[in-house]
Amino acid sequence: MTGQEKNKKSGGLLSNPAVQSILAALLCIVIGLLVGYIALLIINPGGATNAIITILKNYFTYPSKQAAMKYLGNTLVKAAPLLMCALSIQFCYQAGLFNIGAAGQYVAGAGAALFCALQLKLAWPVCLLAALIAGGVFGIIVGILKSYLNVNEVISGIMLNWIGLYTVNMLLSGVKETASPYTVQIASVNKSALLPSLGMEKLFTNNKYVTIAIPLAVIIAIVLKIVLSMTVFGYEIKATGIAKDAAKYSGMKEKKNIILTLFIGGALAGLGAAFLFLTGYEQWSVTQSSVPGMGFNGIAATFLGGLDPIGTIFASYFIQHITSGGSYLDKNIYPSQISDFISAIIIYLCGFVLFFKLYLNSYLSRRQERDKNKTVASTNKEEGGNK
Amino acid sequence: MADNSTYAIEMLNITKRFPGIIANDNVTIQLKKGEIHALLGENGAGKSTLMSVLFGLYQAEEGVIKKDGREVKINNPNDANDLGIGMVHQHFKLVQCFTVLDNIILGVETTKYGLLQKEEARKKVLELSDKYGLKVDPDAKIEDITVGMQQRTEILKMLYRDNEILIFDEPTAVLTPSEIDELMDIMRNLAKEGKSILFISHKLAEIMAVADRCSVLRRGKYIGTVNIADTNQDELSRMMVGRDVQLVATKEDKVPGDVILHVENMTVPSKLHHNNAVKNVSFDVRSGEIVCIAGIDGNGQTELVYGLSGLENCTTGKITLSGKDITHASIRERSTSGMSHIPEDRHKHGLVMDYSLAYNLVLQRYFEPEFSNKAGFLKKSEINKYADKLIKQYDIRSGQGAPTIARSMSGGNQQKAIIAREIDKNPDLLIAVQPTRGLDVGAIEYIHKQLIAQRDAGHAVLLVSLELEEVMSISDRILVMYEGELVGEFDPKKTTPEELGLYMAGAKRKEIGA
Repeated sequence: MTGQEKNKKSGGLLSNPAVQSILAALLCIVIGLLVGYIALLIINPGGATNAIITILKNYFTYPSKQAAMKYLGNTLVKAAPLLMCALSIQFCYQAGLFNIGAAGQYVAGAGAALFCALQLKLAWPVCLLAALIAGGVFGIIVGILKSYLNVNEVISGIMLNWIGLYTVNMLLSGVKETASPYTVQIASVNKSALLPSLGMEKLFTNNKYVTIAIPLAVIIAIVLKIVLSMTVFGYEIKATGIAKDAAKYSGMKEKKNIILTLFIGGALAGLGAAFLFLTGYEQWSVTQSSVPGMGFNGIAATFLGGLDPIGTIFASYFIQHITSGGSYLDKNIYPSQISDFISAIIIYLCGFVLFFKLYLNSYLSRRQERDKNKTVASTNKEEGGNK
Repeated sequence: MADNSTYAIEMLNITKRFPGIIANDNVTIQLKKGEIHALLGENGAGKSTLMSVLFGLYQAEEGVIKKDGREVKINNPNDANDLGIGMVHQHFKLVQCFTVLDNIILGVETTKYGLLQKEEARKKVLELSDKYGLKVDPDAKIEDITVGMQQRTEILKMLYRDNEILIFDEPTAVLTPSEIDELMDIMRNLAKEGKSILFISHKLAEIMAVADRCSVLRRGKYIGTVNIADTNQDELSRMMVGRDVQLVATKEDKVPGDVILHVENMTVPSKLHHNNAVKNVSFDVRSGEIVCIAGIDGNGQTELVYGLSGLENCTTGKITLSGKDITHASIRERSTSGMSHIPEDRHKHGLVMDYSLAYNLVLQRYFEPEFSNKAGFLKKSEINKYADKLIKQYDIRSGQGAPTIARSMSGGNQQKAIIAREIDKNPDLLIAVQPTRGLDVGAIEYIHKQLIAQRDAGHAVLLVSLELEEVMSISDRILVMYEGELVGEFDPKKTTPEELGLYMAGAKRKEIGA
């Protein structure tokens, strides 16, 4: 590994927190894949090596470049909503809130977007706005409960997830296909609700699901990074998250900030849902009885991304990459959930990232100290002898 | 053979490094048998590290530890325990819902067939408690007893384990004056019975009162050991700080000017208890004077300040600041109207501990046009420039200057940062709540000077303090608070600590004209 050689040379680079986060994330990924490999070995030793390669290869399974590009497009289409959910969780996390309700805000956004597209036959910008507001309102409910009644956001978030799911199922029953539980295809009833592609589909071998959703999600991530690190609003949000009492002492409106944060978080997750469903890639099943995993997977992407919006872009892609890769496994031998399993291991390991950083830092400073001592040792000796 | 040594414990040439700093640099401490040996040093001088090395919590890189003249290795607290070393930590290590007796025997329980045999233990505890004058109720739960009794429980814990070497880590920080006197007696008793005591403190008066010898640390270095009988407070403080320190603040007489803060019939509810913590209080603070609220902790001082600063709403009354009614103003409005507040709890309220020093220094001003533009972006270079200015002007010491994370700074410098921030706002009224709590003499001297400078510049200062010495030396007027009411007004030149004590304890009261 060339990376390791570099590390040895420059302690300066290693002590950079961003570099440390990346190293730690890579470490998590490697260990996660190893554990996943062991699990594959246990299930069926014969095909394990092939299977793990298949997961990692994802669309590269296809020999033709065109096919590979097309399926890369599919992975990106699903990575965009994942990124949005991850950003939702992350933004709230900066304010000290664990927005597990992102799953429900995602559901609300999906419901609002599809209802506007299929029932009201509105154009895509309105559908996006509706999803944003619906997700935001779900966030606000959690925020109000939290700031005025001190209801834990995890509890109210989880309960709202279910309320959201069944409300949306009811709401969309009117626009489902007669023969299946799925909502009708947007392309067949209201083409104006489909997100525009702006020619990007050409890059991905005419994959019609590739739309502006993908670049939009990345842009939103960058905007969030700027908001958090450079604005007064970010300063207040983070202060409220780290030290609620100090924020109050300095005159920040901590209740308002909590509600606003959850509104933004909810809006991000709601938009994320619209980014998927308004491409026509997926249809909503009105009989589904479990909350879609997108919001929960967002937790994984956030932590793997080192709680940084830019890192989360890559983490979201990676998690979606191995999830999509999992679908190419031989279903007769391996369950496709193996890639969920691997991402679960990775999330679990993210907890160890902190230990890793701590260990690395103490190692670095010890080494620094040793180097410094060596150089001054000779001069100090005389002084020490006098004492 | 081993017992011929005159020293119970010797720590010779101990060096302990942490990433970036040397906490103990070639430190030597020798504890004689049956003596009370004080370990003196400012915050961050390396006292706690040294004791942690002795207690086996850290391993020293260099140096040896000798017990009764024989070299020993202490790898963990269990080793320390086996050698008869016991420690009363600054923050007690007691199980809140257990009784005193249960806490004492925890870890060394006598059992029979797997069942606890408490009777024997109780007898031993009562014997010890009699012998050393440590009054405790063995059946009381920790959560129900006073801090003083909790400390006695900790001491009994050491004695129950037959420890010969007792370490007291800043034992008086949490005690009331009468409890401190009691503790001093207990320590003298223990020493008389042959126990060797290491007494960690930065309070000079206490060391002078109780110790036989004193070793001084400064910035991790060993400065020296002196006999208490041959020294005085001035010399000790010079050894500790490295320069002459003015122990008593001096200030010139000044005639107070206009009324800055006017409080009329203010009542503030208490969060903890369902009653009013501040009852119908009226007073004024004028420009150019330091008014001090004296009283025993928990008599409504905290809530009084909450009411003034807006952290808590008052139920009745009226507050006027420089002629402006601020009774219903928000915290931010009060702050921008000329009120600065050095809070009682600097970790909880005063600082965002995980923010950089620069960010903390603009905590009250980040929204001003100087530090953020109309689009809502922070002007980082302005913030850093301002931070550098304050760091220089107020001598705030930290690892990396402006980008240092507040959490990693020493308590004294954290407090300096808060003071710099609040004073640099150029407030009409400065409210300082126990601004010197837990700080060493050097920092205390500095803070007193700053408060007096504010007064001399014609600002009003309201100081809440629990330390009578501080109250007497820097205030122009003293208001005594007892059970949520102001029970007396005094001129520090015409009163005595004894008289104030009577009012503080509620034994006397008089009407005050606001």
